[in-house]
Amino acid sequence: MSGSHEIRHAPRTSPWPLIATLGGVAMLSGLLVVAVYQFTKPIIAENQRQAVARAIGRVIPGAVSNRAFRVENGRLVPAGPQARGEVIYAGYDVKGRLIGIAAKAGAQGYADMIHMLYGYDPATQRILGFEVLKMAETPGLGDKITTDEGFLANFPLDATVEEGKLRHEIVTVKHGRKRNPWEIDAISGATISSRAVGKALNASAQRLLPIIRSQLDVLRRNGPEAGGGKR
Amino acid sequence: MTTVTTKGGRKKEEGITWDVFAQGLWRDNPVLVMLLGLCPVLAVSNSAVNALAMGLATTFVLVSSGALVSLLRHLIPKQVRIATYIVIIATFVTIVDYLIQAISLDLYNALGAFIQLIVVNCIILGRAEAYASRNTLGRAVVNATGMGLGFTLALLALGSIREILGAGSLFGIDLFGKGFEPWVVMIMPPGGFIVLSLLLVAFNWINQRLGRQIEQSEGCGHGT
Repeated sequence: MSGSHEIRHAPRTSPWPLIATLGGVAMLSGLLVVAVYQFTKPIIAENQRQAVARAIGRVIPGAVSNRAFRVENGRLVPAGPQARGEVIYAGYDVKGRLIGIAAKAGAQGYADMIHMLYGYDPATQRILGFEVLKMAETPGLGDKITTDEGFLANFPLDATVEEGKLRHEIVTVKHGRKRNPWEIDAISGATISSRAVGKALNASAQRLLPIIRSQLDVLRRNGPEAGGGKR
Repeated sequence: MTTVTTKGGRKKEEGITWDVFAQGLWRDNPVLVMLLGLCPVLAVSNSAVNALAMGLATTFVLVSSGALVSLLRHLIPKQVRIATYIVIIATFVTIVDYLIQAISLDLYNALGAFIQLIVVNCIILGRAEAYASRNTLGRAVVNATGMGLGFTLALLALGSIREILGAGSLFGIDLFGKGFEPWVVMIMPPGGFIVLSLLLVAFNWINQRLGRQIEQSEGCGHGT
């Protein structure tokens, strides 16, 4: 057969330079990322601690120190400030007395999940208020849940625990129809966001408040003297 | 400026000129001329602070990845160049993600997923492939800085207009007092499209006027 019919192939490239290049760049990338991660890790942890402490201070007025507790099998276990999983924060006054508990709650809002921290007063069994940690509600409408004076006047909110559950479910009612201290009066024009606040608080309170009430002595015993964090 | 002769015998400028920097600021502005990276432009320009932070974060990634791509340009085989550029860009996006978390958690939460999404911003891969991989370190860095600043300025203009009209404030400072009724639609997604389109109209109108003025002055010059 004559050579004129032979198919010409492009010169084959060895894969090793390609593997070496990608491997080398990936290693360099890893080194850079790890170096920056190590450098920023304590700063980010401190920022997160301060953000949580600020939020705790706002939902438990008068708290000067706090301590994290992890919820494990229906019990509260003292935890470090970077504890993962379901965590609540006990707030203490200047004398180290337990004055409130802050817990996280979340529900689907209009645009995305609304994440919040709410304060609970064990003495009066009321939810004192809430602080939004993250939300993407419509500016000027849904985001009024953090600024609308009428809506914020819903708090304190009755959250009495009886026989291991809330005596009354926390519910959001239409604007102007609030009759009871466990109801939330919705904002007119921001009903979905208002309902999300009610749903989030009810779900979290139904689950956590019975545990908190049965473990109040744990929270009192493990106050700031036992290693609680400062604000 | 130095001039080098390439393998093909063509002469190519290697120096750093004003045009290398200014290209991204006006003539080839990534947002107002090339219309690139519009997803973050529309999404995070609802306030001046968010716009400035996103612009600076993108500039950091643009300059850093441009510098590294330029430094490694003779070592990267062409078959794996895009994969390598993506790894480099992703590295600097991860770094800027950590840095913003360290600077301000509020800002990090406000920018949301758009920091991580800088990795798929076509301005950055575009500059790596079209410019940094073919130019010296100095030119790549200067050009990327110009492009980044052009992107930041366009984003800042958009963010400032939207915040002033939609919230009555600039950088969070109240401008008009309680009597002002904010035009809320401006800080919502439709406002992004409206303001961007008006900016594009204004930018093209100015460009056309400038072009006509240059033509007229050149015409007068020939006549004398």
